[in-house]
Amino acid sequence: MTRVAIVGAGPAGIRAAAALVEAGIRPVLLDEAARPGGQGYRTPSPGLDLDMAALMGSEAAHHARLHGLFAAIHDRVDYRPETLVWAVDGRTLHVATQGRAGMVAFDALLLATGATDRVVPCPGWTKPGVFTLGGAQAILKDQGCFIGRRVAFVGSSPLLLLAALQYQSLGAHVAAVVDTTPFGAKLAALPDLAASPRTLRRGIAYRTKLRAAGIPVHDGAAPVAIEGRDGVEGVRLRHGAREWTIACDAVALGHGLKPETQLADLAGAQFAYDPVFRQWLPETDADGRAGPSLYLAGDGAAIGGAYAAEASGTLAAAALLADHGRPQPKATLRRLRQEVARLRRFQRGLARAFAWPAGQAAALPDDATLCRCEGITAGEVRRAMAQPLGPREVNRVKAITRVGMGRCQGRICGPALADIVAAAAGLDHAAVGRLRGQAPVKPIPLVLGAEPAG
Amino acid sequence: MIGRSADVAIVGGGLMGVWTAFFLARSGRRVVLFEKGPVGAQSSGVNFGNLRLQGRFGGQYPLSLRSHALWEDFEALTGETCEFEATGHLYVAANADEAARLEGYARQAEAHGIAIERVGGNELRRRWPWLGEGVHAATYSARDATANPRLATPAAARAAARLGAEIREGVRVTDVRREGDGFTVELEGAGTLSFGAVVNAAGAWALSIAERFGESAPLFPAGPPHFVTEPVPYRIVPSVQAVDGSVIARQIPRGNVIMAGYPRTASDPVLNRAPVPPAKTLAGMGHLARTLPALRHAHVIRVWSGIEGYLPDMLPVIGPSVTTPGLFHAFGFCGHGFQLGPGVGAALAELIVDGTSPTPLTPFSIGRFGEGVAVSDKFLKEFDQPAAVTS
Repeated sequence: MTRVAIVGAGPAGIRAAAALVEAGIRPVLLDEAARPGGQGYRTPSPGLDLDMAALMGSEAAHHARLHGLFAAIHDRVDYRPETLVWAVDGRTLHVATQGRAGMVAFDALLLATGATDRVVPCPGWTKPGVFTLGGAQAILKDQGCFIGRRVAFVGSSPLLLLAALQYQSLGAHVAAVVDTTPFGAKLAALPDLAASPRTLRRGIAYRTKLRAAGIPVHDGAAPVAIEGRDGVEGVRLRHGAREWTIACDAVALGHGLKPETQLADLAGAQFAYDPVFRQWLPETDADGRAGPSLYLAGDGAAIGGAYAAEASGTLAAAALLADHGRPQPKATLRRLRQEVARLRRFQRGLARAFAWPAGQAAALPDDATLCRCEGITAGEVRRAMAQPLGPREVNRVKAITRVGMGRCQGRICGPALADIVAAAAGLDHAAVGRLRGQAPVKPIPLVLGAEPAG
Repeated sequence: MIGRSADVAIVGGGLMGVWTAFFLARSGRRVVLFEKGPVGAQSSGVNFGNLRLQGRFGGQYPLSLRSHALWEDFEALTGETCEFEATGHLYVAANADEAARLEGYARQAEAHGIAIERVGGNELRRRWPWLGEGVHAATYSARDATANPRLATPAAARAAARLGAEIREGVRVTDVRREGDGFTVELEGAGTLSFGAVVNAAGAWALSIAERFGESAPLFPAGPPHFVTEPVPYRIVPSVQAVDGSVIARQIPRGNVIMAGYPRTASDPVLNRAPVPPAKTLAGMGHLARTLPALRHAHVIRVWSGIEGYLPDMLPVIGPSVTTPGLFHAFGFCGHGFQLGPGVGAALAELIVDGTSPTPLTPFSIGRFGEGVAVSDKFLKEFDQPAAVTS
């Protein structure tokens, strides 16, 4: 029997597992989290009485359906929660489960590793009380907590509206929603956004609800600095010539999402630059094939949102089955491909409507922290580049300055670093390269090596 | 000679090449250095950063000590810092057999004037309380040091440039030919230049030049499996090395603990890849956790390796060609070249300028491979036995 390993138990991983189970395969489903659902459809901690209907809003039924599906296939899947896949070596995954090392051999690997937040640093972004937008949502859904009593949502993302509404509906005070992309850019993206009218309508409804609740929504304003002595006391904003400060005690900062591609990188996927997302994305065919016996699905392949993740999970599993001697109905494949393509087109529209503020990243003041793990400022990067024989490529900048060398391995500072390097070198964003993936994908304790891997 | 582009062409912008450029330029020679990528990006930039005097090959001590003095003078020579720290080096033995080997190394080092302390029992625990229970005895050399390899080569290259050397990054040499009593160097997409002498410091890629002149060496690529932990409080000042090579570790003042260890890994100079097998990382983590148990719960945040040139006798090739006057080699440093870099540059520059150097280099001649290859104990120790390429 084909040994299939799926990494990630979010919408894409669960759908892929279900399709494989249906074909009589018992996949190994490895997930870092303690409970299934991924980031967006996460399960709250046990014993926590959260109002899921209020929290999930229009997605409550969908959330319930995905978890129902997981419950139905649970005993036909080798589900391993709290398991970090930290390296890929040929046809073996190296894992860490609750402090114990292990290996999982596979014939086919399906990566559904999801996405993480993409943020543009600003002065003060390392103060206690500043969270990434996804982090602010995760804390709420996982632990039932707010990141502060008076929260500002700042950045460039449709999820700013959603998260602000979630906080507001569960009783938090939302100080403001500040979106750096001008309203005009959103109108210009309407043709692509029309690819998913239902989601578009939902987005407009979020906006209306927030306005109705008296929450200010600023379009086209940019954060000058997050201010405060010991923690967050306010965000200073600029819109054209006008500058003002919003009082708050926490900031959720988010500029869209980026696929978690480290495992795909270690597994041998090729990467290509995408000018709309301004990201290096793993190359796949329409069904998710990224190399021999390597399949990518969900936001880990390309940002598409939860619905695209589900469809692409089923599709990648179908491709995997077809490649292993079990042809799939052509009509099913066609329908899934169309669905995934349509939803990803919508996300490209979103990437225009809520654009990554490259100029803001490139203009990060010299004394502002860029790499928070290593404490490296934007100025240190610029000075290293300006010296004779200075680096002009992100991996060399990393080698010389330590930027991106710390615990997160550049997952947080990497996107802004690329803009700073491109601006300082006078090169196109695509020409400064991408930080190469290296094991371990996330930090692992030394004791993991003290016992033989089993 | 009229019509020459410069006196000397150096192929390879690693530590050997840039220090040779530095000393040649300081002697007034016109030098051009060609590097296919950025300077110091291969093994010179990704090695462990050990400036170790203990446990070296006896015949290498004159070169090694000369180099050490230059490292100690790095700031004055280059005008930059490279995180040079006179940390000392602690060589640890797990049993009486290993302690006897340490004694052999110690006597050899002492014969060259290096001060070695022998430490055992309670004294060992008193001075270095973080050592694990498995450590039986140790020797300590206070003069040994460490430096940051990522910074050292670019700094030395800038210093060479300030002295007048021309450093050309991103220029690949495609051919080197004899022309009269000099050489023609062909560059990819950048024409042809002529020089009086050529230094082959092309690391794991060096045979492509040597073999054009009818000489070779059983060079093969490999790399050190490295990892680094997150920062933890700075306590472990000396670098720590186990006699069996299972642990080669140092902590930097920032707090991170850097670890290398045998067996070494395969690397690929054609695809420019040096992956670290996760099983080696895990094994190294286990060894480090046992040797320095206080680190058991520290997290490993990154692994890396590099593309180094190795030879079965575990000695480098340094010195003149045996076939072609004016051609000089410096490659195959078998994972211990970082400490030697400045000394190699100084000695090669003397060979080129004066025709002779006070530093003995004969053990490192490329001519030594004529009568078969001696395989050293060190070689057997540092590689996986079935996988080792003995050429």
